[in-house]
Amino acid sequence: MTKRKPRALGLISGGLDSMLSLKIVRDVLGCEVRAVNFYTGFCITETQRRSGRRREDGTVKPNEALQAGAELEAEVELIDISDEGYLDVIANPKFGYGANANPCIDCRIDMFKRAKALLEEWGGDFVFTGEVLGQRPKSQRRHTMALIEKNAGLEGRLLRPLSAQLLPPTIAEKEGLIDRSKLYKISGRSRKEQMALAKELGIANFPQPAGGCCYLTDEAFAKKFFDVLDHREERKISKEEIVLLATGRHFRLSDGVKLVVGRTEGENFQLDMHAAGRYRLHARDVNGPVALVEGEPTWEEMVIASRIVARYGQGRDLPQVAIEWRNGKGEGEEVLQVEPFRDDAAFASLRI
Amino acid sequence: MERPVPDRTLDTSGRFCPVPIIETAKAVKEMGHEQVLLVIATDPGIETDMPAWCRSTRHEYLGTDREGRSFKSWVRVRKA
Repeated sequence: MTKRKPRALGLISGGLDSMLSLKIVRDVLGCEVRAVNFYTGFCITETQRRSGRRREDGTVKPNEALQAGAELEAEVELIDISDEGYLDVIANPKFGYGANANPCIDCRIDMFKRAKALLEEWGGDFVFTGEVLGQRPKSQRRHTMALIEKNAGLEGRLLRPLSAQLLPPTIAEKEGLIDRSKLYKISGRSRKEQMALAKELGIANFPQPAGGCCYLTDEAFAKKFFDVLDHREERKISKEEIVLLATGRHFRLSDGVKLVVGRTEGENFQLDMHAAGRYRLHARDVNGPVALVEGEPTWEEMVIASRIVARYGQGRDLPQVAIEWRNGKGEGEEVLQVEPFRDDAAFASLRI
Repeated sequence: MERPVPDRTLDTSGRFCPVPIIETAKAVKEMGHEQVLLVIATDPGIETDMPAWCRSTRHEYLGTDREGRSFKSWVRVRKA
């Protein structure tokens, strides 16, 4: 009887480590591989493209998982997990946040639970990742990796090919389905061994390490994220709010009132798309940004918001600028004649 | 450039990476061998994402045309 081909489900970020692990599992261990990439809605690439930002050479940031798939000639299925369940995990992490709004442990548990469901539905033997022991301060320490595995219900069914020889054998290794001696014992933050391995396995194109594609680790985003959660009774956040948090300059005018001002044409376009249910304001007679106000502003807050919006438009040096307010249904409400703020310091304390 | 008549057209305008490719993958699943899919996108990244996705899935990438702020990307489905 010929040995059956093991089936392995890989979580592929598109970084070098995940590319190496896919190559090892498919080509060295000889498994049938299904590669997936989870889209969380917190992707830096997506946000940059949405705002219309380009890199210095005029190109846009590529999707690394798709590039990795092309390089390895393996389809990487992109799976949207940016649903309410995921957002709930992010807003209420059992294991807390890292340095910013990044609940890495809870996020990984959630992803591994989803991977487990996909694995079982597909009839696979194990899940694999490009995780390297000791590479990340929070989520890739030995005991944290074990904790994540346990909480996701994947004990013994999660293979990390790059560090496998430093970790307890998985069921597939114990049962002889895959050969443990062909796995690696890489650990730590250096990439030296991975670079050598890439050469050996014939991976020519891979991205430079950039700390991932998740902006929950971004300090400026974290401030805006926690500001929203701290100003409501129930710790809940919607997908639309996440898009808005990653768009424009944000100002907290009072507990229930917030101003968002676009910085680029792309951001202005995005704010326009989300104007329903919010006040939309812009300079009536000169070019300038689109801005949204959430909540019910007082007259004083309307004046402050108008002066900020005037400050970021082409009328910033004029004595007075007319700022037109429309309500959440797009109907004209009011026009305020205001003096643009002359000095950023005057409203810097409102910036989130 | 001369493009074939599409069997199906998918408009992803206003959506950004990776949504246009997620939608493309779904559409292609429902299509037959040799059929042509036209994907309309406002995400400029479609120019690099679509050829990469086609290379990994072995569908035939026919090219991307730019029309102002919009992009038209062409794929011939390969299921053989």
